[in-house]
Amino acid sequence: MSPQPQAAVGAPLSRVDGRLKVTGRAKYAADHEPEGVVHAVVVDSSVGRGRITGIDTRAAEAQPGVLKVIHHRNAPELPYGPNPGSLNLPGERLRVFQDDQVRFHGQPVAAVVATTLEAAQHAASLVKIDYDAERPATDLTEAPAAGEPRTYARGDAEAALRDAPVRLEMTYRLARTHHNAMELHATVAQWEGERLTLWDKTQWVQSPRDELAANFGIPAANIRVISPFVGGAFGNAARAWPHLTIAALAARETGRPAKLVLTRRQLYFGVGYRPSYEYKVRLGSDRRGRLTAMTHDLRSETSGYETFAERGVIVPGQMLYTTPNVSQTHRTVPLDVNTPTPMRGPGYSTAAFPIESAMDQLAAELGMDPIELRRRNEPENDQSSGRPFSTRRLRECYTVGAREFGWDRRNPKPRSTRDGDWLIGTGMATALYDTLRAPGQASVRLDADGAALVESSTSDMGPGTYTSMTQVAADALGLAVRNVTFRLGDTNMPTAPLHGGSLTMASVGSTVQDGCDKLRQQAIELAVEDARSPLYGVDAGDVVVRGGRLHVRDNPARGETYRQLLTRNNREYLEATGSWTPGQSRSSMFAYGAVFAEVAVDARLGLVRVRRMLGVFDAGRIISPKLADSQAIGAMTGGIGAALLEHTVTDHRDGRIVNANLADYLVPVNADVPDLKAIYVDGRDDEADPLGVKGLGEVVLVGVAPAIANAVFHATGRRVRELPITAESLL
Amino acid sequence: MYPFSFTKASDTQDALNAGRRGGRYIAGGTTLVDLMRETVERPEALVDISALPLREVTVTERGGLRIGALVTMAETAAHPKVRTTFPVISEALELSASAQLRNMATLGGNIMQRTRCTYFRDVTAACNKREPGSGCAAREGFNRSHAILGTSDACVATHPSDVAVAFAALEARVHLLGPDGQRQVPFADFLLRPGNTPQHEQALNQGELITAVEIPALPRPLKSGYLKVRDRQSYEFALTSAAVALHIRGGVIREAKVAAGGVGTVPWKLPAVEEALIGERPSDRLWAEAAAHAGDGARPLQHNRFKVELLKRTVERQLRIVGGTK
Repeated sequence: MSPQPQAAVGAPLSRVDGRLKVTGRAKYAADHEPEGVVHAVVVDSSVGRGRITGIDTRAAEAQPGVLKVIHHRNAPELPYGPNPGSLNLPGERLRVFQDDQVRFHGQPVAAVVATTLEAAQHAASLVKIDYDAERPATDLTEAPAAGEPRTYARGDAEAALRDAPVRLEMTYRLARTHHNAMELHATVAQWEGERLTLWDKTQWVQSPRDELAANFGIPAANIRVISPFVGGAFGNAARAWPHLTIAALAARETGRPAKLVLTRRQLYFGVGYRPSYEYKVRLGSDRRGRLTAMTHDLRSETSGYETFAERGVIVPGQMLYTTPNVSQTHRTVPLDVNTPTPMRGPGYSTAAFPIESAMDQLAAELGMDPIELRRRNEPENDQSSGRPFSTRRLRECYTVGAREFGWDRRNPKPRSTRDGDWLIGTGMATALYDTLRAPGQASVRLDADGAALVESSTSDMGPGTYTSMTQVAADALGLAVRNVTFRLGDTNMPTAPLHGGSLTMASVGSTVQDGCDKLRQQAIELAVEDARSPLYGVDAGDVVVRGGRLHVRDNPARGETYRQLLTRNNREYLEATGSWTPGQSRSSMFAYGAVFAEVAVDARLGLVRVRRMLGVFDAGRIISPKLADSQAIGAMTGGIGAALLEHTVTDHRDGRIVNANLADYLVPVNADVPDLKAIYVDGRDDEADPLGVKGLGEVVLVGVAPAIANAVFHATGRRVRELPITAESLL
Repeated sequence: MYPFSFTKASDTQDALNAGRRGGRYIAGGTTLVDLMRETVERPEALVDISALPLREVTVTERGGLRIGALVTMAETAAHPKVRTTFPVISEALELSASAQLRNMATLGGNIMQRTRCTYFRDVTAACNKREPGSGCAAREGFNRSHAILGTSDACVATHPSDVAVAFAALEARVHLLGPDGQRQVPFADFLLRPGNTPQHEQALNQGELITAVEIPALPRPLKSGYLKVRDRQSYEFALTSAAVALHIRGGVIREAKVAAGGVGTVPWKLPAVEEALIGERPSDRLWAEAAAHAGDGARPLQHNRFKVELLKRTVERQLRIVGGTK
């Protein structure tokens, strides 16, 4: 097959669905209004642990429009069968309305279904529940860990630490944070007999399908999930959360389609979050800055009913820097809280804060430039596996970043730069994230009028899947972007993997390209075997397609359009199925980055303001530069939040989340987001996938918080080892 | 949200009649509707007063300002007379809320707004302000944003308004109209400290309507300004704030008006700071010495201890910004 000319890929395209979104015509889950829809509102537990001793629904049921109040005393027993292959965790998932136990503050304890949202909300506030309450355990710093820790070791870290000329030991704390996507979690459920249709906010239509099939004991084939648009998710719409079962239950119990929208407040306990961590680092190095040993001892929170231990949090400590001796333990601490879940850059962004802060401290200790220290510890291969790196252009990220950021103009001495009342500092950190890939399928259909439709049941939670897949398909089919339509988010479409972990471009993109290649090849073969075609007799390998016209590569005049070809052959359309399965790789594959931040600190008033940031990323090939910038800028904004603002606060007396709203849980506003810039170093990763991409959406978040914390140190001379960095830590 | 009736008052008498029957006044609704959604507020009858003729900003005979209760935050901040005579008011308003909220919210509503205490706003928590006698969950709970001044055993909630801090500093007067006629209340007496009755927040009688806020004239030249310290740069309530107005003539401070926000159960006038300034010449040392009094009487809680020092530094900084030197 002749390689196709690249036209759409690499172009800074605006989103193909942008107009729909800004004109309000994109229909999100909660926008769906099936005929006769009713509204379900969840009643949450107001105690953090205990037992329900009484439920009085009389006042609620007396409200006009109320159809049903569902709770554990009247709810049907649900099968809650096993759901292998899902994102469910070790342990037992929360079963809604199946018993009288309260496992955390905010647990769903009842649901009111009414003909209007207002009636359901008001009635929900009238449901009276009595509890036999106990004091919950919700404080990570006080509660004991459970089970065996996850461990890793190579060499003899203890001995190497004893012998190390330079030794550091620090403990870092990271607050629990919530994804807080703009779109609320919403589900509309409609039963027709034993068949169920769900319009859901989800990153993976398969996830709610399989979960509800298991929970209700019906075949997955009976369930259709539709999710064309997602208003942000950051990982929190991957698992199927309890409210989905409540929505389906509400619909089944009332015989009407039911809509359930979690409130912003309910998001703080109705779905997952990034867990809080304690992360103890010890490191040893020689006087020239070469690491000899590093130990990582982690504690993180999980729920009492499931164990969440994200893998990504222990990976960087094993392979980011040359370290002969490593020891790791990760303990999970079960608390009376709901279960955590992956959040953008899961694990890696958590680990980056302690590791990159510690490296910065070591550099300061040795009087060495932080970038030089990292260069001296740049490994030749992945020391955790002994495998070579597929591509690792981290040195180039440092070089380009230092040059573009003006790193060399930096006076290394802390507290050396002042601008009025502001101390100015700069800092940097390294970022990395797994290149994840998964198999998928896509269908491609080319109509005789020259328009193509490509479908795969993936999702677009914000990165621009619609646009990037359209670009890939357009080039592989040799069509203009406007002649390609990509559709996603429906279980009736070919299977796609979870839209998360930065694997969509690599996985679905390669799948789409495969299907489009196959279709193009079909068309070319049809033409070269068709005696009436100007391409008759040409070697199929010499034909390319451009602008919907097939022609000989070296003789553009000889050819014809798809339209002419299909019409003459009485073919209404051509179709093909794309699939891609990642092969076993002998290499270690990661995306990398170097993140630089300049901050201003008013040390007298405890204020930190980010002035500018630059990220330089090695993410392989960039398919869609404008979308890539959106990803990078969005992630830096999220990283500013994690560094300086975001913190889910629990009142440990009763397990209540006290800032469960966007006035008290602070995310950055425009004024907090200054000059942010991203640069992508050139280069494909051909071992990773046919597109040569390594995934971008996670790595762009990973180093942001430590870069800011290191800049705060440079500005003030003060090491803050707890996120977020608040006024009180700087006064 | 609990069911309620909604009527529009056609004129002032109409509003007063409805208010006398127990109706709650609503204008921009930016606080009240939020609290109704959370079922913290459960009014049976709302009386929309938007049509009332309370939208003027006028200069009083002696050179003060009278701002109608229904002038929006945005209009007040942008008004040329406000901006030139009392920039502290414009600054306090423009550092409040968001542009959208400032376009909706009125000045009368702003000084009536209720605390952001998270336990007050969560109907499942104990709160003496919302449910007298139920206790105060904040005192031993998460109280980073809470008050260190003017607190009582019953309540430690902070008054959230920024412009009220400017009004307190400038010794504004609140004009009221009720069934028994008009009256004026000094700002310091209008907002009530919690004491044992934190549910009573204003010195308002049943059915009384705020018609205007009057800022008395001050000798000129007058420099004034507002500093707000907060975690994020916009759209957040104050950790601490300072409203400062200084009349300096012949190199000597003749008048000083200073109040602090984010720290008190009501906007906190700082008479000890003012006294330390009057008759003195501006200097960095003076600002520091005067500001040292800002935390007098503070009673910090577990999570807001930092506010005592931060308050002093905020006042010191704003004295310097307004009064000069360095």
